[in-house]
Order: sequence, then structure tokens, then C-alpha cells
Amino acid sequence: MADQTHNTNQGWSQQSGRPGSGRREAVWGEVSDRLDDWLAIEPDGAVTAYSGKVELGTGVRTALAQIVAEELDVPLDRVRMVMGDTARTPDEGYTAGSMTISGSGTALRNAAAEARRAMLKMAAERLDAASNELAVREGVISVSHHPERSITYAELMGGKAFNLKVTDQAPRKSPETYRIVGSSSPREDLPRKVAGQSSFIHDLKLPGMLHARLVRPPGPAAQLVSLDENSVKDIPGLVKVVQRGNFIGVVAEREEQAILAAKQLKVEWKEAAAYPRMEDLHTYLRRQPTEDTVLIDDKDFEEAFAGADRQLHASYYQPYHAHASIGPSCAVAEMNGEHVTIWASTPGPYPLGGAIAQMLNLPAENVHMIYVEGAGSYGQNGADDVAADAVILAQAVGRPVRVQWTREEEFAWEPKGPAMVMEVHGGLDTQGNVVAWDYHVWSPSHVARARLAGQLVTAQLLSGQPAPQSRFSFGAERNARTNYTFPAQRVTVHYLRESPLRASSFRSLGGAENTFANESFIDELAAAAGVDPLEYRLRYLSEPREQAVLKAAGEKAGWEPHPSPRKGDAEIAQGRGVAFARYENDQALVACIAEVQVERTSGRIHVRRIVVAHDCGLIINPDGVKNQIEGNVIQSLSRALKEEVRFDEKHITSVDWETYPILTFSEVPEIEIVLINRPDQPAVGAGEPSTVTTAAAVANAVFDATGARLRRIPFSPERVQAAWGGGSK
Amino acid sequence: MSGEIVLMVNGKPHTVQAAPDTPLLYVLRNELGLTGPHFGCGEEKCGACTVLIGAKATQSCKTPVSEIGQARITTLDGLIEEGELHPVQRAFLEEQAAQCGYCLNGMIMTTAALLWKTPHPSDLQIRQALDGNLCRCGSHLRILRAVRRAEALLAEG
Repeated sequence: MADQTHNTNQGWSQQSGRPGSGRREAVWGEVSDRLDDWLAIEPDGAVTAYSGKVELGTGVRTALAQIVAEELDVPLDRVRMVMGDTARTPDEGYTAGSMTISGSGTALRNAAAEARRAMLKMAAERLDAASNELAVREGVISVSHHPERSITYAELMGGKAFNLKVTDQAPRKSPETYRIVGSSSPREDLPRKVAGQSSFIHDLKLPGMLHARLVRPPGPAAQLVSLDENSVKDIPGLVKVVQRGNFIGVVAEREEQAILAAKQLKVEWKEAAAYPRMEDLHTYLRRQPTEDTVLIDDKDFEEAFAGADRQLHASYYQPYHAHASIGPSCAVAEMNGEHVTIWASTPGPYPLGGAIAQMLNLPAENVHMIYVEGAGSYGQNGADDVAADAVILAQAVGRPVRVQWTREEEFAWEPKGPAMVMEVHGGLDTQGNVVAWDYHVWSPSHVARARLAGQLVTAQLLSGQPAPQSRFSFGAERNARTNYTFPAQRVTVHYLRESPLRASSFRSLGGAENTFANESFIDELAAAAGVDPLEYRLRYLSEPREQAVLKAAGEKAGWEPHPSPRKGDAEIAQGRGVAFARYENDQALVACIAEVQVERTSGRIHVRRIVVAHDCGLIINPDGVKNQIEGNVIQSLSRALKEEVRFDEKHITSVDWETYPILTFSEVPEIEIVLINRPDQPAVGAGEPSTVTTAAAVANAVFDATGARLRRIPFSPERVQAAWGGGSK
Repeated sequence: MSGEIVLMVNGKPHTVQAAPDTPLLYVLRNELGLTGPHFGCGEEKCGACTVLIGAKATQSCKTPVSEIGQARITTLDGLIEEGELHPVQRAFLEEQAAQCGYCLNGMIMTTAALLWKTPHPSDLQIRQALDGNLCRCGSHLRILRAVRRAEALLAEG
């Protein structure tokens, strides 16, 4: 029955003391507790729900609407989501960290429960009934056994606001009664997208809008020497060449005119070295001054490690990775006097608006940010920077300007997922049990989201000043700890103060790299102990959910226990590997099994099949979760097998799809997914967790097949040949 | 120099003003307001800008508008007939074969061209046909399922 409600937090984030204050929301500031900031009942009975989060192509718009529809008992198609507009939606900081469901979802659920309670109270008076006699169905409240005595939400509200606070005390529906949450509702954005209707920031067209392209320096340390405006004066439609400091853009009536002008403009730069030699990158990282955080420091560690029967050591290496969005960043801006409106695909309309206001020396309320979808970003791509570019150009010409980054600019200027070094030391006793585990990671901060003007490339080019040193470091600690119950441990994060290449968040932050190292190293220990790697992991997992997810993956994959590596000498070697992680140590649980074939002569790895078992608590939309898992697996496989940002001392040299190839259809494996639904557990995000296990599962499978251990991403054929050349027998 | 060019787009002639070397993509998007094809790389390496020229899937980001001549151009929304989605579009929707959806245009147009020429392709043929279309979200398996569903829908007629 839809009217059976009781106050339960089952299946939901319980850390939330107030709406929107899901896990770690405090990092991004206070969140509103005014009900009207989250929900409105429209006169026609539609429900408008406001979220400060944005749709990044993951389907959260649909999932959030499901949550609201469920709690209010209205049909899903009556809920309209408004997201990421600084004039209309609450400030929920950045959309990141798989926190939209736990953060905004919890806030909207609480708001919807509050609204429902308020309307039931109003209905009780209007219908002259006790509130426990009332039932809600499809937005209509009626008296049980007297369905003719009824009133709709719209009639009750009459287009008015609630004027209430969200208390968190309103009764919430029990997950067992859910009909909309937990169903694979189709994505509401896809009908427009398959029909080619305007959907993306790239498609936005304003009256009188001009087109712009940028002329970026060849590298971040290059300085402008001269610019010859005469070189483009023959281009029809050219409106203005904008030059301020090292910032240069060309604005024209038509897009192809702007493209031509950007290509033809004669500019001379003085280049300067900005990066270390690529061959020395990881040595360079290890030598930088660091700020260290010890996450675990068991007091008997030294003694346990010294007393181990065998000590093993290994280092693992992560290069810079590009987000490599399929659509290069784009934004539109319009300036009217002291007020600016910016349409952008930024995941953080409020914080970015603040940074841009600072850049323009305007109060934050003069900057109106409106989120419009871009191509998938998976972290911080060029979306924030291009918004700042657009506003500088709009300011210069006094008309709305659309600026589109080129493919090359996106690769060269987007912040990269940071390069890292991981070092692990393990001690085994005579039976092969782990007695000591010592983990170190060297990394720059994974988060440099624009909150200050100086973090925007645009502002750096205008001022000639480099980015300010990051004031806090974040992200490299993610999954540095494992969930294994090793008896004596030490885990240390060594934060570099600066990143040689501009770096910021990429899906899972350090979670993927730390899990690559941790899950490779436990495999190395299992091999040293001569124990099946799945069985070895189970020995050190105490939680039933951890055990369940690993066993589910093993069962689905048809795992046949044996210690790695196999004894074989085939030209094409076959193997399987496993990896496990609990994302952020307390969020979704993932076990991944990879099956590979490795060619001895070419060194090529063919990943044939990937099995993932996944437990993210209560599942809001099963098909949405599967879609996220497939995407995570394919993207992280691409990163593990192929991706590495190349650079020389002055430039990024991975600037197109030939110099930064990604996985193609011919290389995509079969993926099988086991979803473990736990309605009694909090709903946690699925946007990142299954990214973290892929690299280790593949490396472990290659080891199983060949006896060769891959410790450096990407697993290029040359590296496979080099590792396998050492001999597997 | 800018001049008048007549293009056959989605079954109708359109007269546009454009310099002859303007890539077709910008004319379709900005002059004709067709937002199906997208800019992805400008180098014919990703497939986001794919349209049909005749029955052939063609990347529009470099093709000069003056070289099209009388050839018939079909864009993503041009697949829709009398308000009905094309079976390939329907298949992609039914399989929920997208995440961000930026690459969808190229995937659908390439599939339409493939199934036109090869109504019952092998798995290898499908993967090879789509290899020039990049997807960063990792929707590949859904897209492959959508191609199979489209094959079935087209066979039903």
C-alpha cells in the first residue's frame, strides 16, 4: 500500500543530518534546508524538483526523478528535474565522486517526504479525515474506503510555496514498498538524443551569437612575443582579435570564419621548458618534496616485517591520463553591463561562477551559470576553462559568444589524471600468510577544481601567472588502504606539492591506481605463497558482503582454483586474474575477473571476457547501474591497455586520437555483470567503483597466463614482451 | 569567397550561403540548424560528425561543401519519417545504448549505412564498421546489441 509509511533510513545515506548534506558534502559548503529550494507542486500537478547536481551522461537525472516520484507517489513522467542553474537550484558544489545519489538523492528524498507529510496534513483538514485514513496514489490523496473523498496535490497547493523547512523527521516510505525506485526506467534524455534534437552545450544558439576560436600558446610556459592582426584582416566576417596577456581569441560572425582566422593569425611565442623529461617522470616524482599522511601505523609493524620469513617488494607506475572527452569543451557567454550569463557543461555551476566572478572582479551574484550537458567528462576536463574563455570574449565584443575548443586544445589544456608511483612491501610467514603490509603512494593532489580565478587557464593566460599552489591535497588516499585484515600494516600517502602537468580529478581519483598496486601486490603474495589468488583474498576478508561479492564473481566466471602462474609454453597463453575493492573502503564493493590471451611474439594482450560482481547497496535503477559498470570497465580497460599522455619538455605531444588512442569496438571484451541488490543497505554511487579493479585483474590474468608481471600502465605490447622475455618458467 | 550553394538535405533542396571550402558539418549545424552531427575532432578520426551521403556513412568535418554536388545528404533527424523514428534509432533507444550520447549520431548513422548495405552482418563486420567511431563512455556493448536489434527490426520491415 502506498500509504504505508514508517520512518526508516534503510537503503539511504544515514550520515545526512540535513538535506543534501550527504557524505562529505561539507567540503563544498552548506546546503539549503528550505523545502521550496528543492520541490514545487505546479498548478497542473507536475512536480518540479531542483538539484544543484548535474547530469553528466550517467542517467542521474532519471534516477533522481525516480526518487522524487517514489516518495511523493506521482507517476515518473510528472516529475521534471531542474539541475545546475545558479538562479534556480540549490548550491550542491561539484557533481563528483559518485555522490549524486547519496547527496542530492537523499536531500530530494527527504524534501519529498516533507512535502508529502505537509500535504497529507492539509488534506486531512480539507477532507475532514484522520491522516492515517489517507492514501496517496498518483498525486491524489483520498480517504481509504471512501475514494470519492479525494483531493489532488495541485488542488491542495494551488501553485503556492510550502514555506517549510526540511526536518528529516517526515516519515519516509519503506524500500519494500518501492515501485519506481529499483526499476530500470528508461533515460528521459535519450529520445531527444537519438533523434538529433538539440541536447548539448555545443548545440546552443542565441540570437546574435558570434563564434570564436582560441589561439593558445604552444605550451604553458610560452610567452607572447608578437601578434600581427594584419595577417587576418582579409577574413570576411571577422569581428575582433582579442588579445590580453597570453590570452588570444578570434571572434567572427560564422564558425568557419573563426576557424580560419585562428589558423591564419600570425603569432610569435617565446617557448620555455615546462615539464621534466618524460623518461624521467617517475624518478622525478619520487624526488619531489612531499607532505606525508600516515593512514595506518600499527605499532608492531616494524617488528612483524623484520620477523617475516620472506619479504617482497614491488613498485607500480601510473602515467598521466587524459579524460579525452569525445566532444571538445564548448561554452556560450553573454555580458550585459555588469551582469554575465554563462551556459556551460561545468559540473560545478556555483563554485565555478564564484571563480569567474573573481576573475572579472564582479560580485558572485552577477554571474549566472546555467548548466547544459556536454560530452562525458569523467572528472575535470576543459569545461570550466572554456566557460571562462567565453566570458572574456563576450566581454570584449559585447555580444553573445560561443567558443569551441579544438581537439588539440582539449588534449593539451585539459587537466590530466595525475601520474603516480606506488610502492608496496610485504612480509610472509613460513606458511605464506601475510604478517606485514607496507604501502606507499606518491602523488600530486587529484583535485584542483576551480574555486579561485587563478585555477582557470584563462586567468593564468590573462595574468601571466601560473596556477596557485594547491592549498589542500585530496584524492591520493582513496583506496590506499585495502579492506584486508592483515595483522600489521603501515599505509603512507606522500603528497607532492605540485604536479608537473596540470592535474585534476579523473574518475575514482587515486582509487584506480591504488587498487592497481594493492590488488597486483596481493596477487604477487598469493603466487609467492603458492595459493589460488581468489582463495588467498578470501582469507583476509572478514565482512560477509566482501566475501559475497568475490564469490559471486568467481561463480559467474567459472573460476577454477589454482595458484598462478599456469605452467604452459604456448605461443598464445591464456590466463585469468581477479581483483577486489571496496570503493573508498566503505562504499560499493566490486570484484572483477578478467580472462586474457597473450601473444608471445607480438606481446599483445587480448582481453576476452570480464566478469564484475557489484554491490552498491539498494539499487535505484538496475539498468542504469549496469550501464555505469560497462562504461567503467571499458574506459578503465582502455586506460590500462593503451593510454599514456606523452610530452616533451615544452609541450604535450598527445594531442589527437592517433597520439592518444583509446579502446575501439574490435578490442572491447564481453562483459558479464552480477548485481547484488541490498535493499537494507544505503544506496551508494556506481559511477566510479568498477573503474578501480580492471587494471589489476588484467595484470593478474597476464601473470597467470605468462608468469610476467606488469607493473607499469599502460600494458603496451613492448612492456609485455620485455616482462615476458624474462621467462615464465 | 562566399557563394550560393544548393544542397539536397533530408529530401529537400536548401540554398545556403557559404565559402566553397567550408566543411559540410558547419553548414548543416549552423546554417540549417541540424544538431545531429557533432564536432569531435575535425580530422575524420572519431565519427561524431557522420552523415549519409547517398547511402554511404561519411564524416562531414572536413568534406568541403562545394564537393557534395547533387548527392543526397541524410542527417540523424532526417532518418525520421512522418514522425516515426527509424528502426535503427528505435533500436538504440530500446537498448538504452548511450551514456552521454555525444557519439550517438555517428553510431546510428554508421549502423544505418551498414545495415543498408549488409542486412545481416557478422559480428566482425559490425565491429569493423564501427571501429572508426569512438565512444569514451564505454557504451560499446550496448551499441553492438542495438545493431543486432536494428537488424531484427529492419528484417521485420
